[in-house]
Amino acid sequence: MAPPTYDDDDFVDQYDDLEEEEDELSPEDKVAMQNGTAEVRKALGVEAGKVTVTQIQEALWHYYYDVDKSVAYLTKTFIAPAPKPAAKPAAKPAPKKAPEAGKKAPAAAAKAPKKSQKSEEASKEASLASSVSSLKVSDAPPPKSKGLDVLKEFEQSASKKNVSFVVVGHVDAGKSTLMGRLLLELKLVEERTVDKYRRQAEKAGKQSFALAWVMDQRSEERDRGVTIDIATNHFETESTKFTILDAPGHRDFVPNMIAGASQADFAILVIDANTGAYEKGLKGQTREHVLLLRSLGVQRLIVAVNKLDMVGWSQDRFKEISEEVSGFLTGLGFQEKFVTFIPISGLNGDNIVKRTEDAAGAWYKGPTLIEGLEASGPSTVRSFKKPFRMAISEIFRSQQGTTTLAGRIDSGTIQVGDALLVQPSGESAYIKSIMLDTEAKDWAVAGQNVSVALTNIDPIHIKIGDIICHTTDPIDIGDTFTMKAMAFEHLLPMPVDLHRGRLHAAGQIQSIAALLDKATGEVIKKKPKVVQPGGVARVLIKLEAKVPLEPGQRVVIRSGGETIAAGLLE
Amino acid sequence: MKLVSRHIPKEFEDEQVSLLPEDPEDMWHAYNLIVPGDLVHAHAIRKVVNINPGTGVPAAERVHTNLAIRVKSTFFDPAVSSLRVSGVVAAENDHVAMGAHHTLDIEINRSFTVVKPDGWDSVAKATLAQALSDDKNGAMAAVVMQEGLANICLITQFRTVLKTRVESVVPKKRDTASDQDAGMRRFFDKTLSSLLRAVDFSESRPLLLASPGFVATDFKEYIAKQGRDKSDKVLTAVSRQATIIHANSGHVHSLNEVLKSPEVLAKMKDMNYAKEAQYMDNFFDLLKLDDGRAWYGSRAVEKAIADGAVGPGGGVLLINNSLFRSQDLATRKKYVALVDKVKLDGGEARILSSDHESGQRLKMLGDIAAILNYPMHDLDEDEEEQAAEATPDRRNYEDDIDMLDSVI
Repeated sequence: MAPPTYDDDDFVDQYDDLEEEEDELSPEDKVAMQNGTAEVRKALGVEAGKVTVTQIQEALWHYYYDVDKSVAYLTKTFIAPAPKPAAKPAAKPAPKKAPEAGKKAPAAAAKAPKKSQKSEEASKEASLASSVSSLKVSDAPPPKSKGLDVLKEFEQSASKKNVSFVVVGHVDAGKSTLMGRLLLELKLVEERTVDKYRRQAEKAGKQSFALAWVMDQRSEERDRGVTIDIATNHFETESTKFTILDAPGHRDFVPNMIAGASQADFAILVIDANTGAYEKGLKGQTREHVLLLRSLGVQRLIVAVNKLDMVGWSQDRFKEISEEVSGFLTGLGFQEKFVTFIPISGLNGDNIVKRTEDAAGAWYKGPTLIEGLEASGPSTVRSFKKPFRMAISEIFRSQQGTTTLAGRIDSGTIQVGDALLVQPSGESAYIKSIMLDTEAKDWAVAGQNVSVALTNIDPIHIKIGDIICHTTDPIDIGDTFTMKAMAFEHLLPMPVDLHRGRLHAAGQIQSIAALLDKATGEVIKKKPKVVQPGGVARVLIKLEAKVPLEPGQRVVIRSGGETIAAGLLE
Repeated sequence: MKLVSRHIPKEFEDEQVSLLPEDPEDMWHAYNLIVPGDLVHAHAIRKVVNINPGTGVPAAERVHTNLAIRVKSTFFDPAVSSLRVSGVVAAENDHVAMGAHHTLDIEINRSFTVVKPDGWDSVAKATLAQALSDDKNGAMAAVVMQEGLANICLITQFRTVLKTRVESVVPKKRDTASDQDAGMRRFFDKTLSSLLRAVDFSESRPLLLASPGFVATDFKEYIAKQGRDKSDKVLTAVSRQATIIHANSGHVHSLNEVLKSPEVLAKMKDMNYAKEAQYMDNFFDLLKLDDGRAWYGSRAVEKAIADGAVGPGGGVLLINNSLFRSQDLATRKKYVALVDKVKLDGGEARILSSDHESGQRLKMLGDIAAILNYPMHDLDEDEEEQAAEATPDRRNYEDDIDMLDSVI
């Protein structure tokens, strides 16, 4: 015999030891089991009678004493078994999971604390039940879809319209202050809070920034007195629910402004009326921001001529600025009927909600800012019927500790329970809940700014700028794109950054396929060496990494801190 | 790199050069020097299988030996600076038969000999001179960063090495301010530990921190604070030497802006890459004017050079050294001839390192570009004919017009 040192007794002994270990619960386990059972019973309430203690304990053992998961499992399998798998729209995943589930249950039963004949039977039942009804078993049962016809629901719900707008302009034009003032006047921020900010700001020697601090929450932003990232806020009037996207004006943070503008229906352009500041802005980010708005498809614009109190509410100054900016805007293709000019003072709150009380400003008879906002509806056509796409602009943990994504739905509809895919990582998840502003909803449609809580996904797979879509109709990812670009600066094969919403990818212009005629789109010259500013060309872009992009999307190309082109992917 | 010996045997025309690489940078020079077709003689370790004549049992043995191979291909790993040269054994010895394949690992502090059967052309000679030049300026570390993204690079005289890329999710405004600060701290912590792992700071070494906004400034403060808290002299020294430079994004290609910035130019204007960046900028400026004095792509440049347009009074040929690593001898010769012609005409020929940012930009233009001393037009005409109808027009015009309307 090859191993002469062993005899049968040794083997038997070893197995005995193992079995003993498995059979007996450690004291900690016992305590946990007891507590867990009590909690599950409590959670089940009246329904608790429908399950046995053994079933509860099995479930607890299987889910490692996770009360929520056990409750969900029990509810699903014993209390309210789902009718038939085929009846559910989301039942497609993996029938191969079923035998697995079947295996798991007996395994759990074998480990279950009190081994009696009864529990064995119960476990068999359980395994049968679970293999039939929980065809989509994963760690936790995914949230149940109500199977709504979202479009119908949306048409029936006579809710207010949802509109989001972005606030843009040169740095220090007073964007954040204006929004802080607006929220204060609408009583969404309490006077007390602003007073607190005022005291803190005074201490830091930045008295005039108190209102801006309503929007600028980050310590870095407060220390430096500039907005760095998009701030989102909500308010509603009698007719409309508004989402504010307060954009940074500093040139270094234009990528963040692009992220904001791509979520907006229309825009408020804030202009500093002070001599010098206005002219500087027009050369700087006022110009770039307007250009970006236009390239991103924003057509409606409210121009808030700010700080008019500092030039003594001079009507001439207002007129001069209005005319000049208006000319500049029409030059870029904005239609005059979609542009409104309003003289305001953000710091004092003139012409924002109430008309100015300053006698010098009495000449203005037009709408106040809030009236202007109400008059502006969504300018872009919303695509409800297209496949669901949402760009992730923020990732955070909700108070319940679930991974939550915020963003604006670009197209399509979603409802709770939908199976989603996060691209480019390709990880799937389920929608646990949907929040619209501060309200929980069962569904959401294109154009709404929502927060979506997901289950069954590790947040490590999600990055800002990623796209979420339905698993049934996923978005493709790629790294080479042809685009029809309108050049603002010289284009040649060179390193560029591609922006789409929060997506910020590095790459290069690989080649310029053709120079196109602006009016007809015909090819003027093949393979030009360089595209002059103002020209339209078909260019090939190669990115360093694969990103989710589709034909027909608007993208912005930047290089060296300047916006050099914008256009559509082909 | 040290020159061990250089001799011209009487019976051959081949010039033999023995070199001793001393640091990783020398490996890069060796990579540029050794091209397919050369004979390389170096130390090798080879597994030799001997069959025991008595029993017939094979026994493998690792043998240290010297091998001469005719190079077929070279492989250079920039991150660890290792150079592998593969080819066919050209001289038989006790262990290896003629014609067997072998891959040599060129190692630091072990000499190797290069023989160029086709002779040493001007570019190869220049590369050798550059390899032997003794100005060893310390490499410079650079961190190009933006919120949640940092690229740690090492910039040496001849190349830029991307050492590590750090990515970290920084919470945005939905989270509380303290979460955001914690997120930034986590990001800085990750970046700093990666930086210290990637770059050796035991000797003083300039450090560039580049970012849009305030990220770089905050990072410098963070390093200083860490140095203070841990009373770590190295960290304190690192933070003191760090230079803050504005960049427009945290992606690697922003390094180009960094190298152009006045702060860097003042410190290292004699470095190769500063000059290279300058030439590339001049070229781009001229290209934007579109007056026929700047051309890129091999076909156009060849024509211009043949015409003698890259001559005295501003003519500059910019060419990436990657072109001289071509597998094909004829191609290599062609480019060497271009360089020689430009020099003969009295123009300037700059061989750019394709491993620097400026070289990367040139690569996008097809590795070769030229500034002419008089304008020439329609150098790209042939190309157009050739590329004609490569992409059929599949869109209808209505779409195009709509699209244009929406673009602007």
